[in-house]
Amino acid sequence: MQFGIFSVGDVTEDPTTGRAPSEAERIASMTQLALKAEEVGLDVFATGEHHNPPFVVSSPTTHLGYIAAKTDKLLLSTSTTLITTNDPVKIAEDYAFLQHLSGGRVDLMMGRGNTGPVYPWFGKDIRDGIKLAVENYHLLRTLWREEKVNWQGQFRTPLQGYTSTPAPLDGTPPFVWHGSIRSSEIAEQAAYYGDGFFHNHIFWNKEHTEAMVRLYRRRFEHYGHGAADQAIVGLGGQVFMASSEAEAKRVFRPYFDNAPVYGHGPSLEDFTEMTPLTVGTPEQVIERTLGFADYVGDYQRQLFLVDHAGLPTSLVMEQVEMLGTEVVPVLRKEFERRRPAHVPSDPPTHASLVAAGPDAPHHLVEPARARAEELAAAKVDA
Amino acid sequence: MSRIVVVTAGLTVPSSTRLLADQIAEATSAQVSARGESVEMDYVELREVASELATFMVTGGIPTPRLTALREQVAAADGLVAVTPVFNASFSGLFKMFFDALDPDGLTGTPVLIAATAGTARHSLVLDHAMRPLFAYLRAVVVPTGVFAATEDFGSHGLSDRITRAASELAAAVLSQGDYSVGGFAPDLAARPRRTSGTQVESDVTPFGDLLRGHTGTD
Repeated sequence: MQFGIFSVGDVTEDPTTGRAPSEAERIASMTQLALKAEEVGLDVFATGEHHNPPFVVSSPTTHLGYIAAKTDKLLLSTSTTLITTNDPVKIAEDYAFLQHLSGGRVDLMMGRGNTGPVYPWFGKDIRDGIKLAVENYHLLRTLWREEKVNWQGQFRTPLQGYTSTPAPLDGTPPFVWHGSIRSSEIAEQAAYYGDGFFHNHIFWNKEHTEAMVRLYRRRFEHYGHGAADQAIVGLGGQVFMASSEAEAKRVFRPYFDNAPVYGHGPSLEDFTEMTPLTVGTPEQVIERTLGFADYVGDYQRQLFLVDHAGLPTSLVMEQVEMLGTEVVPVLRKEFERRRPAHVPSDPPTHASLVAAGPDAPHHLVEPARARAEELAAAKVDA
Repeated sequence: MSRIVVVTAGLTVPSSTRLLADQIAEATSAQVSARGESVEMDYVELREVASELATFMVTGGIPTPRLTALREQVAAADGLVAVTPVFNASFSGLFKMFFDALDPDGLTGTPVLIAATAGTARHSLVLDHAMRPLFAYLRAVVVPTGVFAATEDFGSHGLSDRITRAASELAAAVLSQGDYSVGGFAPDLAARPRRTSGTQVESDVTPFGDLLRGHTGTD
């Protein structure tokens, strides 16, 4: 199983000091976070993508390329890559390039983005969100899998005889996740292509996350990629730890109470009850996190949000240190102990996809096409 | 048996808003019974979920268990009685927050009786200038008679007459619901308005082939 950190890259004032980091400081702090993640044995660092203040993360592959140069094992990912407002042609180029730079240590998570004005700023209409995600992602898959692309869709200029360069490393496109909080269409999309499904999880009650993952698993099996419990699932989580629960709450409370997303609303205690947020000891974090598998099933990737709401870099580094040394080693062991043999531990990696060979379904633009046509025909007959 | 949800946004206990709601509910029950049917009234005092509504608003919609139950209750109701006090020439903020927290299709096609209370009769157009447009936007079916009660109306016969007329309209609308047959033809179930609480993940997902149609770049 893979464990890691995901960051939204917000520049937020530290409510205990009244000081906000500069953009340069925030970017440096995210880099430090990624390096620390590798140092303490975590597997994944994922960066968000935003195109508006107070966020700094407008250029994920620039940042991930820099981090790639400073790390050896860390898998570089996104949370999320905006498949709606970015040009899929540029995504294909940028992330294939990053694959080459990093030796294949790349995967991506597609997301639609939730900031209304970003759509018109990039020449799109938010009401087309789902259609953009569907068309752009299909083109992205095609660009990574076909040498000469002739294409004409609804949302970008047509392509005639276009070749995306560089081609994916070893002719093997990166693994892709699809993230969505509540759109069943996106769970369906992930299932159709046999891609991973990631639920942000951290702002929602577990019943909702459970229902979204169940839908994805059911459709993954429907499209013939394997059994429902073999579908590739990732979850977010949000933690703050100290040696005692009281101390963790004392330190974290001012950050929680003033956080941009939920501050000045629910109490820390209510939010802990309603969502997966865990503020307490490493043991409490271990127990809560292991419980996630009770409702989404055995899963493959767990990402934690630790660097937001103005938390100073020193505190964030302590959190990653605790995750790497005290929490994740136990989680690895315990998650494997409960996992049935036929359920994969890890999501597909560059190495596993290369090993599967060029004839593996991963190399098809639509691995489930034949199956979907069969199912549709059977329905007509019946 | 039909179920009617009675939503009241009174702030004090007891409140004249709740008093009016009780009279309307009672009259509606009587009108339903008079037509040989039965109805159950479920009361929702918004005051009791005020902090949950605030949480829902500032967190981008985190569903608290009680609020989720209420949203489901409203989306499943056969009819709605909505009663608000008048604040600054409109419905109260608490009243609006509840309807802002519903799914946009939570009340589609649902019969609604609107009512309001205020200190003076000078606020009576709140029914038609604020409440009626709100429910029209939500595609609810607002019965023609709204009930407005100024403090002085609680001492007059006119109020109970209006309550009876409105209750009769609501009872008729609730009981004729679900009958989409026209002139002896079989009911057209497809014409039935789509309603949802928005609290559940849709299980009948659109097959991806349908979503992809026209977007493969080759068709």
